[in-house]
Amino acid sequence: MSDIAIKVNNLSKRYRIGIKEEIHDTFVGSVTSWLKSPISNYRKVHNLSSFSDNGESGDIIWALKDVFFNVKRGEVIGIIGENGAGKTTLLKILSRITEPTTGYAEINGSVASLLEVGTGFHPELTGRDNVYLNGAILGMNRSEIIRKFDEIVDFSGVERFIDTPVKRYSSGMRVRLAFSVAAHLEPDIFLVDEVLAVGDAAFQKKCLGKMDELGESGRTVFLVSHNMNSIGKLCSRAVLLKRGKVQFIGSSSEAIQQYLDHIVYNESAKISFPENDKVASIKTIRVLNHSGEENTELEQSKSFSIEVTYKIKEDSKNIFLSFVLTTLNGNVFVLNSREEEDVAMTNSIKTAGTYKTNLRFPGGILSVGTYETHLGITKNIRPSIEKKKGPCFQIIDRSQENFRASIPPNKRGVLSLKLDWNSKKINY
Amino acid sequence: MSSSSDSMSQTIVIKPKPGWQLIDWKEIIEYRDLFYFLMKRDVLAIYKQTVLGFTWAIIKPVFSMIVFSVIFGGLARIPSDGIPYPIFSYTALIPWIYFSGAMNMSTQSLISGKGIFTKVYFPRIIIPLTPVFSKLVDFAIAFIVFFGLMGWYGISPTANIVFLPILILIMMLTASGMGMWLSAMAIQYRDIPQGVGFLSQLMMYAAPVVWPLSLLKDRFGESATLIYGLYPMVGVIEGFRSALLSHNSMPWKLMGIGTISAVLICVSGALYFKSKERIFVDVA
Repeated sequence: MSDIAIKVNNLSKRYRIGIKEEIHDTFVGSVTSWLKSPISNYRKVHNLSSFSDNGESGDIIWALKDVFFNVKRGEVIGIIGENGAGKTTLLKILSRITEPTTGYAEINGSVASLLEVGTGFHPELTGRDNVYLNGAILGMNRSEIIRKFDEIVDFSGVERFIDTPVKRYSSGMRVRLAFSVAAHLEPDIFLVDEVLAVGDAAFQKKCLGKMDELGESGRTVFLVSHNMNSIGKLCSRAVLLKRGKVQFIGSSSEAIQQYLDHIVYNESAKISFPENDKVASIKTIRVLNHSGEENTELEQSKSFSIEVTYKIKEDSKNIFLSFVLTTLNGNVFVLNSREEEDVAMTNSIKTAGTYKTNLRFPGGILSVGTYETHLGITKNIRPSIEKKKGPCFQIIDRSQENFRASIPPNKRGVLSLKLDWNSKKINY
Repeated sequence: MSSSSDSMSQTIVIKPKPGWQLIDWKEIIEYRDLFYFLMKRDVLAIYKQTVLGFTWAIIKPVFSMIVFSVIFGGLARIPSDGIPYPIFSYTALIPWIYFSGAMNMSTQSLISGKGIFTKVYFPRIIIPLTPVFSKLVDFAIAFIVFFGLMGWYGISPTANIVFLPILILIMMLTASGMGMWLSAMAIQYRDIPQGVGFLSQLMMYAAPVVWPLSLLKDRFGESATLIYGLYPMVGVIEGFRSALLSHNSMPWKLMGIGTISAVLICVSGALYFKSKERIFVDVA
């Protein structure tokens, strides 16, 4: 048998975002427009599904472009990238759900695709019937399902209810049963789209265990995920996709590092917004270091500031800025609303014009890590007139003296507070 | 253990397939278990979801027969070739209800099956073909009721009953063909599903369900009737009446013409379906 399980050769997938008004999604519509101007319509429709031009007109999206890589038999390879990078499209092409536009892929061995847990589950059927149906949908044949049935039910833990209609199951039970069917597939190659975050902690542990087993079983696994922890743990190699192109292929730790770096370093310390006609609107947001220069890398011990420029169209009462600082996964760490002014709510008027506000952060408070800024303009307390996401920045620690240097960054805590420790001996 | 046949190096090449594609029969046979489970699901789910369960398969033809007998047979006095009107219409209702049910369900099949074919690979053509087979269950039940009716009217079937399988084949071919055409269109054009419900009602009146084909023959002659046989259900329905009611001899010419028509519809439907298959996921 060939050493290469999956060979991807110059694979590209193009979508044409249609000429909006002319895509007919009713039969009557398409027939009448064809009658009205048959030639031009034929050409338009023909163009929609053929790509004879070089496809550089504005309404083309390349979901994947010239993707090239090989996966060896038995390898566990991860695919990472931002939303829209093309990971799921690649998976769909390899699963034969959608066709590539150009290029080809070769798959050596039997394949099972797991894009979703519980595909085809029907609420009226019993657990038993659904195991058979789902197993068949995933590619098992009848004798295989019969043979593995007891094992599947046992792994899922829903043995007592196996002959009850699935509509009576809790969502947890449904997910466990569905995952259990998938976990008992025995293909040469597994194509998986992050279905691992299911069930309660005990079941998740079982699932990860099964995934580990898979990796060790000699099966080839192709895993698409947003979870860097799973990728780092399960995959030896990873492919980093960016806007449909392969950015990097290599060790998973390096791919993960490149992915994380890309999120912050390539972003500017200044973001400008287009004009709009709201009564108050934000024009630019800048992240400035302690010397007043734009920078997204900020030294831990030094102060920094966020500068917001905004425009007020007409004299308004009670218009204030608010600021929110979050971590990358959305946890709010600082919230300052209405500019933290102690003024009475009424009678605070801002005349029309452009304003610049500087929010100063003292140094030494935030721990090493990546943060997101969000600015908003509100009138009174609510509703908010405008909300904008500002630049991301990273707190870094170049000094060697930080006593926490040996602790990994994600365990240090968001606040870099030095507490006041006071001890004395209490018995003599 | 020597190398077993299932660790064959089965290589699949995934690449763009332009132009017309033929049906890969081998593949469909490989997926026969899936086909079976999908049919089973259709049958079980519909009946578990309705209060009356399997009795719908009896209610539909029986109640239609009652209403038709009262209105068309009784009030309008439509002739029924010398056979009591109720059984005249029932004999036609058995294949008709199968056909319209299969065609309608098939039309919807891609739309309602969106959840599976966007997530997993299997030959898509299985989807519109599943109702063609699962509706045979209803058909069988309606048939059983028919024997009760025959006992009631004291009519016994003729030896022509052996030809029933041919008729069943023609009706399945037509239903498949219409299903493949309409399901592929329905997923692209959202006005098709509504249109089909209406279309199948019109098609029922176009077929000799409530009226006898002899009316057409008397008014327009033999050749016109034969041309009308291009509508496959004409041959099927007249065939059912001949086989079950010792009525006329089997309408071989009509059946022959109907078969040609059915095969054309089926083949063209399959070609159209395959040609549009690659965009289903994108428009679903």
